[in-house]
Amino acid sequence: MSIKTEEMVLNMGPQHPSTHGVFRLKLHVNGETITKAEPVMGYLHRGSEKLAENFIYTQFIPYTDRLDYLNAMTNNYIYCAGVEKLLDWEIPERAEYLRVITMELNRIASHLVWWGTYLLDIGALSPFLYAFRDRDICLDRLNEISGARMTFNYMRIGGVKWDAPDGWIEKVKESVKELRENIAEYDRLVTGNEIFRARTIGVGKLTKDQVINWGLSGPIARGSGVNVDLRKTEPYSIYDRFDFDVPTREEGDVFARYKVRIAEMHESLKIIEQACEQIPSEGDIIHKKGARIMMIKPPAGEAYTRAEASKGEIGVYVVSNAKTKPYRVKLRRPSFVNVSILQDMLVGENIQNLVAIFGSLDVVLGEVDA
Amino acid sequence: MMDLIWIILYAVILLGALLGAVTYAILFERKVIGYMQVRPGPNRHGPWGLLQTIADVMKLLMKEDIIPTAADKKVFILAPVIAFVPSFAIFATIAWSENIYGADLNIGVLYFIGISSITTLGVLMGGWSSNNKYSLLGAIRGVAQVISYEIPLVLSIIGVVILVGSLNFRDIVFYQQEIGMWLIIPQFLAFIVYMISAIAELNRSPFDLPEAESELVSGYHTEFSGFRFAFFMLAEYVYAIAISALATTLFLGGWLGPAFLPGIVWFLLKMCLFMFFWFWLRATLPRARVDHLMGFGWKVLIPLALLNIVITAIIKVWMG
Repeated sequence: MSIKTEEMVLNMGPQHPSTHGVFRLKLHVNGETITKAEPVMGYLHRGSEKLAENFIYTQFIPYTDRLDYLNAMTNNYIYCAGVEKLLDWEIPERAEYLRVITMELNRIASHLVWWGTYLLDIGALSPFLYAFRDRDICLDRLNEISGARMTFNYMRIGGVKWDAPDGWIEKVKESVKELRENIAEYDRLVTGNEIFRARTIGVGKLTKDQVINWGLSGPIARGSGVNVDLRKTEPYSIYDRFDFDVPTREEGDVFARYKVRIAEMHESLKIIEQACEQIPSEGDIIHKKGARIMMIKPPAGEAYTRAEASKGEIGVYVVSNAKTKPYRVKLRRPSFVNVSILQDMLVGENIQNLVAIFGSLDVVLGEVDA
Repeated sequence: MMDLIWIILYAVILLGALLGAVTYAILFERKVIGYMQVRPGPNRHGPWGLLQTIADVMKLLMKEDIIPTAADKKVFILAPVIAFVPSFAIFATIAWSENIYGADLNIGVLYFIGISSITTLGVLMGGWSSNNKYSLLGAIRGVAQVISYEIPLVLSIIGVVILVGSLNFRDIVFYQQEIGMWLIIPQFLAFIVYMISAIAELNRSPFDLPEAESELVSGYHTEFSGFRFAFFMLAEYVYAIAISALATTLFLGGWLGPAFLPGIVWFLLKMCLFMFFWFWLRATLPRARVDHLMGFGWKVLIPLALLNIVITAIIKVWMG
């Protein structure tokens, strides 16, 4: 006797707890095994690139906050850096250090959110709260310097908006110590867990070729043995002055990505520590012209800059026609590129692995849809 | 006639006590997990949050009764009832102390296991009738899991039954009194198997696959709201209490304990210990995967339980 079976089309999202926002997956499932996966995006599309054309250069900075809202500092930076490249401005020393410290603090905050929500996806409830407690240390520091917890709007074309308040650098040093201990503790708490290992090791494998062919970047690439970290391979800002490693692993599975992110947090702490030591105690925080002129008018031309965000390589392409508004801004959002691999990765997996794999990509929907 | 009145009275008292116990079990869980997650847990309603669950239940009862249009109405209405009734019925046999017990049934353990299996049907009905794909997946997982883990659960109990030579709850405790040792010591292997399969039976973390909120939204009871949902929740917690009570009787010597506290207090304390253990696990562990879960049940727990039966039988024969 044979039982008649048919494929079920399961619509995962746009409102689903594990799609981290309004992401939708059209799944064809046979039992719980996925035979076809179709990502559908655009539910959070705000037309950021088009909006940029209607604003003067400075006005677009707050919009970059809302791309990857967990890692807004790097977005701020990359847009400012793009325009600065057009202008060919020299950035004051102190501003560069403040930029690096805030960016790295933000990277840790972003990775902590990932760590917490990822374990929540896998079914562990507690790490989420621990992660958010520590993320708050980062956010408090960022709040003190920029006045906002997530959408900082801190960087300006030519420098940064505010100087560090009194004693801020010392506070950051303290926080680094605290974070280092806590992150190491969390690592001990979770990484060795038998169920966690069973669910992550060997799951969601990505080969080196796949990573390169799909243009994946960030911890995903480094988890598959592709040693690309723009901070090292193409140092921007002042990253060439710091001594840090780029954690890479060869396995290419979910666990490798997890380990890479944990190691990356420690590297970020190292960078912050060094930056806090090296930062000049006084100096301008913004280029002289940047502080004076409201209406920035870069000479006609185009510039592409890229940086290492917490999710991967973020890039900005700015075209200027010597007016006060950009002619065109193109954003290369790492989450958007990274999420494209899903349709390849998910076939043959079950729904539980889907959650583990999708979570490991660390996608932020604000960035996917822009 | 007097008997009938006593039976009804016992049932009513038991129901009231159980509802109260569930109310505070939920608060206990939330507090335990809260403290483990460096937060205070519920503390707004009443001192120390004592009225929190009552407020929650009131809210659930006052909610609009929603039956999805696409649902299979009759089955949908019946499902929570079928899930709840057996969970309450199994309490009839539990002996709380030497003198406080419901039915002094010869086949107490068998009755307990048999009746508790009916709840699975309620889960399947709930998942099926909701006409929701996530619910269906949750129900399929739930049924597969509960059926696979019932076998090691029963097999682990058989060890105790062989040793004691009775299926009666009171006899099991009297036996432990007689040999002067809780059965957790001679039956340690059975205890381990029992604990693991009990967690799977209860659909609690780390085996809470049927209601995995990160994957299946909330599994078989996604479409249920208001008091129907409350019934599913209630059944779940009553089972947690029941399984704890069973474990207390089988392995921790029931009401036995130093004489400065009455037997029933010891019984309840031991039960709370088990409850705490389950809440503790929930705050600690991530969720297992379906295939691992099945593999573990069939390839590890069942052989272990069988081994335990063989060892127990040999000891029993050897000791005469």
